[in-house]
Amino acid sequence: MKRLLKIYFEKPELAGVLLLVILVVVFQVRSNGVFLNQDNLRGILGLLPEMGLVAIGVTILMICGEFDLSVGSVFALMPMVMAIMMEGGTPFALAFCVGILVAAAIGFLNGFLTIRYAIPSFITTLGMLFIARSLTVVISGGFPPLLPNDLPKWLFTAFVGPGALFRMSFVWFVAIACLATFVLSRTNFGNWVRATGGFLPAASAMGIPTARVKIACFMLCSVLAGFAGMIQVLRLGSPLPSIGEGMELQAVAAAVIGGTALTGGIGTVIGGIIGAVLIRVIDNGLVLSRVDANWFKFAIGTLTIFAVVANAWLLRRAKRIKSEI
Amino acid sequence: MADPIISIRNLHKWYSGVHALKDISLDIYPNEALGLIGDNGAGKSTLINILSGVQREDEGEVLIEGEKVHISNPRDAMRLGIETIYQYNSMVPTMSIARNMFIGREPLKFAIGGIGVMDLGQMRRESVKAIADVDLHLRSPDALVGELSGGQRQGVAIARAMHFKSKVMILDEPTNHLSVKETKKVIGFVRSLKEQNVTGIFISHNMHHVFECCDRVVAMARGEIVLDKRIGETSIEEVQEVL
Repeated sequence: MKRLLKIYFEKPELAGVLLLVILVVVFQVRSNGVFLNQDNLRGILGLLPEMGLVAIGVTILMICGEFDLSVGSVFALMPMVMAIMMEGGTPFALAFCVGILVAAAIGFLNGFLTIRYAIPSFITTLGMLFIARSLTVVISGGFPPLLPNDLPKWLFTAFVGPGALFRMSFVWFVAIACLATFVLSRTNFGNWVRATGGFLPAASAMGIPTARVKIACFMLCSVLAGFAGMIQVLRLGSPLPSIGEGMELQAVAAAVIGGTALTGGIGTVIGGIIGAVLIRVIDNGLVLSRVDANWFKFAIGTLTIFAVVANAWLLRRAKRIKSEI
Repeated sequence: MADPIISIRNLHKWYSGVHALKDISLDIYPNEALGLIGDNGAGKSTLINILSGVQREDEGEVLIEGEKVHISNPRDAMRLGIETIYQYNSMVPTMSIARNMFIGREPLKFAIGGIGVMDLGQMRRESVKAIADVDLHLRSPDALVGELSGGQRQGVAIARAMHFKSKVMILDEPTNHLSVKETKKVIGFVRSLKEQNVTGIFISHNMHHVFECCDRVVAMARGEIVLDKRIGETSIEEVQEVL
């Protein structure tokens, strides 16, 4: 049992990997080999970065012990701000910077309000979910603005790689994922994030600026969500105010499926990514297996509950072992 | 007698109307082991929290080696050489021993603005050494603190405090929930602080533990110091009387 717990503490994403392998095999068989062919992989890998980037931010924030339900709305707001500015003649680079700043400001506000007034981030960011979505619709004026033609799509959404297998967004995604993993596991900041989420009293007693660490994670989470939203808008070619609805919950589901504990301290970036991949694979695989697509949410829901139940069970076991000592 | 290493002068603390510390003055001398005793709510935790930077005083001052200091957070306290070992609060169970040893003080290979890449190798090596120095034997610095027994955790906390060469070590109820054998070890450790030129402040409910390892006992009740004597000049009965 102790061994199992140790594996869970050190590699909480392993169960997700196992499930992913099983599902890929099942879908490959059920779809008569279509699932892993080049066209379908292009489809999966083209969509993955958007969900994946959001999941990275949400996972880090959850490891730090907080939640962000506003990511879906920030996902829509950031590109909308950019689109409005570009419609007014602002160049892409400047609009991009302003968009990132807006996302960062929302993250800051989420963190500041949560810590200053000691309220659950669940509530703060639930409020922000509505506020940011409303702002998106209001500034769009009801009609999505037209995007200019000279956008740097080559930098974000053009197909690249062997056999044009993935989009540039996938390169960004992999780079950011590697960076996030490195920061979390190798830097002192990563140590503080894990300590803050793992056991807040210890972290603050050891002099870690826990409030600043949390706010930084909130800001990172928002910025990644905004960036992911911009990628989706560039792919779709139009800034719809409704994009990203429901994404906040899928991102939490991805993190949890990947082994991140709701209580903080436990989890890995790669786990969140595996969760996101699983969600995309299930979405795609169900369709290819000719299962009614409406079963998608059912599958995600079941998987999430299963993951949380398994996590909770392991944590209870861990506590029991501790109290025996 | 030598000059005090810590001088507390006229310290006051209020919590929304409750006068938790009432004009506390106390001199603590180098290399003495001071036992701080008192019931729950007597103010000893508040006093310790002020010294370790977890709380701020409302009035009064703290002098370290004769100089007035402002301890506004735990980092300040650590920089001044005050290390605190809490009953529960000093370890993150989901992290490894090596990472716990250096929380907030990670050795960095390089850094920009205080954020940088940790030297994990150095952290592991120094953890092994620090733990061996306090006579504790653990399999690996990569073991999670959550896997350790209460006594082992306390041992790691002590190893951490010693590693950072503290001048003053505060032990806040370090023997709670420990087995008899582990308690003995902690008490032996408090006794040995003197030889290592460390001043110890040992907080406990347990009179016997304090009398076993301290040179001096200070008893607090209702936010005031009600007794302050050398161990040889008092008895458990007398201390119990004033509480």
